[in-house]
Amino acid sequence: MGGLTSNARDQHELSALARVRRALLYFTVGSLRRHPLLRFTLRRVGQGIVTLLAASVVIFVGTSVVPGSPATALLGHQANPKAIAAIDHRLGYDKPIVQRYFQWLDNAVQGNLGNSAIEVAQGADNSPVWAAIRSPFIDTIILALITMLLLMPLSLLIGLVAGITAGRWPDQVFSTATLIFLALPEFVVGAILIAIFFVWLDVLPPVSLLAPGKLPFSDPKALVMPVLTLLAVSLAWTVRMIRIGTISVLRTDYVQMARLQGISERRVLRRYVLRNALAPSVQVFALSMQYLLGGVIVTETVFNYPGVGSQLVNAVTSHDDTEVQAIALILAAIYIAINVVADLIVMFLVPKLRTEA
Amino acid sequence: MRIFRFARTGRGKAGIIVLGFVLGVALIGPLVAPYDPAALVSAPDLTPSRAFPLGTDALGRDVLSRVLWGGRSVVWLALAATVGAFAIGTAIGLVAGYSRSLVDPVLMRTVDVILSFPPLLFFLIVATSVGTSELTLIVGIAIVLAPGIARIVYSATRETSVRGFVEAAVARGESTSAILRREILPNILDSIIANFGLTVTFSVLLVAAVNFLGLGLQPPAANWALMISENRDAIAINVWATVAPAAMIAALTVGVNLLGDAVSHTLGRSDIGAPAITRVEGT
Repeated sequence: MGGLTSNARDQHELSALARVRRALLYFTVGSLRRHPLLRFTLRRVGQGIVTLLAASVVIFVGTSVVPGSPATALLGHQANPKAIAAIDHRLGYDKPIVQRYFQWLDNAVQGNLGNSAIEVAQGADNSPVWAAIRSPFIDTIILALITMLLLMPLSLLIGLVAGITAGRWPDQVFSTATLIFLALPEFVVGAILIAIFFVWLDVLPPVSLLAPGKLPFSDPKALVMPVLTLLAVSLAWTVRMIRIGTISVLRTDYVQMARLQGISERRVLRRYVLRNALAPSVQVFALSMQYLLGGVIVTETVFNYPGVGSQLVNAVTSHDDTEVQAIALILAAIYIAINVVADLIVMFLVPKLRTEA
Repeated sequence: MRIFRFARTGRGKAGIIVLGFVLGVALIGPLVAPYDPAALVSAPDLTPSRAFPLGTDALGRDVLSRVLWGGRSVVWLALAATVGAFAIGTAIGLVAGYSRSLVDPVLMRTVDVILSFPPLLFFLIVATSVGTSELTLIVGIAIVLAPGIARIVYSATRETSVRGFVEAAVARGESTSAILRREILPNILDSIIANFGLTVTFSVLLVAAVNFLGLGLQPPAANWALMISENRDAIAINVWATVAPAAMIAALTVGVNLLGDAVSHTLGRSDIGAPAITRVEGT
């Protein structure tokens, strides 16, 4: 640039905005072209947002398939239609569903998850859903985090051992054990754990009730069985996946080549196998985190653990639409976010994939 | 037939024995049960005795009779949901895979959205408004399981529909439904069957979980999953009222899983959930 004549100054000032715009455009498009990773990241996050929007439609339509369920849940099916209509009016259910959806979405984007439908129907003026689900959410996150922290090292260790000894006895033991645990529902594992540790050994409490306002750490014993239950089921799956990954790395040409070159087996395992088996395990752990989101629903109910899972089941049973919508939306957002983040991590770890994106 | 080779593997044999036992109890149990499963026959929460080998539950019903009756609904609900899931999933996958119009993206994106939910959560959302009934349970679980099947059928259909014999059928002027039924379906049957075991396992797990949460069958129905949630509170008094149905469900799901695993192996499919790995490996 430079060398502007005074004649051109007016024009220059007029078009300053356009220039900034063009420069920005040049910068972003240019850097997108130069940085495929950035482009992939933006596209993947964009896809995630679109999926979440679609999910929000499913949640809203799904909970509203049958109109007026909080009212009929409170008053029964034989109730006076006028009384039901009054409650529906109070909840705003007499408006068209499309209008209600956009109202709900607009509020949710601004962080307002609405009022509990059942409370409002019963006459309360203000009963924010968020206040009711905040502390259960924290309890659930603590439960899931502890499980993940134990799950990752254990599954890597067992999975690698099983993969390396594939076909021999340690693998046979682990593979059969995981095949059995993989099949067990959480509430069966939970019931059997309660029978063992409470009824027969009497060392752990059968329920994980926590004093209101207290964090689960205040009673570590209450956490043991819920964590064990989630761990048993998710560990079975992650061990199998990491075992398969290890076996397929062991079969690759570069491992054969390294062995033929006379590199010690120990070094082969550490330098070649371990590193290459780790990348796919990111996806495995992402999937097991997603499993946990569903697993907590049943596990928390088994142990009466005061998390968001048992809260959700209660809300479904009492037909509290708004509370179900709020919890489902947050869970779906976490579920989708895990997918996006896992894809991004893998993309950073495995350069080969970038060219396909 | 190739498929039946699974019966020769160790896991296949174990699966047949365990599953045979559970199905035997579920089918024959009601004929030999000593009491009516809903009848109040004695004092509540008795420990095992000669008259009541597994004791009684909190209402004074015979636990053994309820265990013998409680398998039927577990098995038939799971099977019904599986059949429904295969019907819906195969239909969606075939139509989307064969059509070269807007139908394909519309159907498959819907499938993707349902797959972006935790399976149980999707069911709970529907149950909030529709309420609980046997029909809701079957249809709901079928809808949850269908997308996974639809994806597999979809990609198998896409591969098959460009093959010579399909194009020949198109050239002969055969109708689309005839092509789907006679040319494509028989050729993708293997990949559908390979997923049958896995789908049945998921179906049993989901149906049991929904019943346990109290959102499926309602009391006084005798059902293993429901029994666990009913008797859990009295576990310290009569542990068998909870452990016996838990053991039956465990045997059922483990048996189905062992058998499904053996079938997939003999069909040369890799393990459960393998796509997550092949995605990264397949570079």
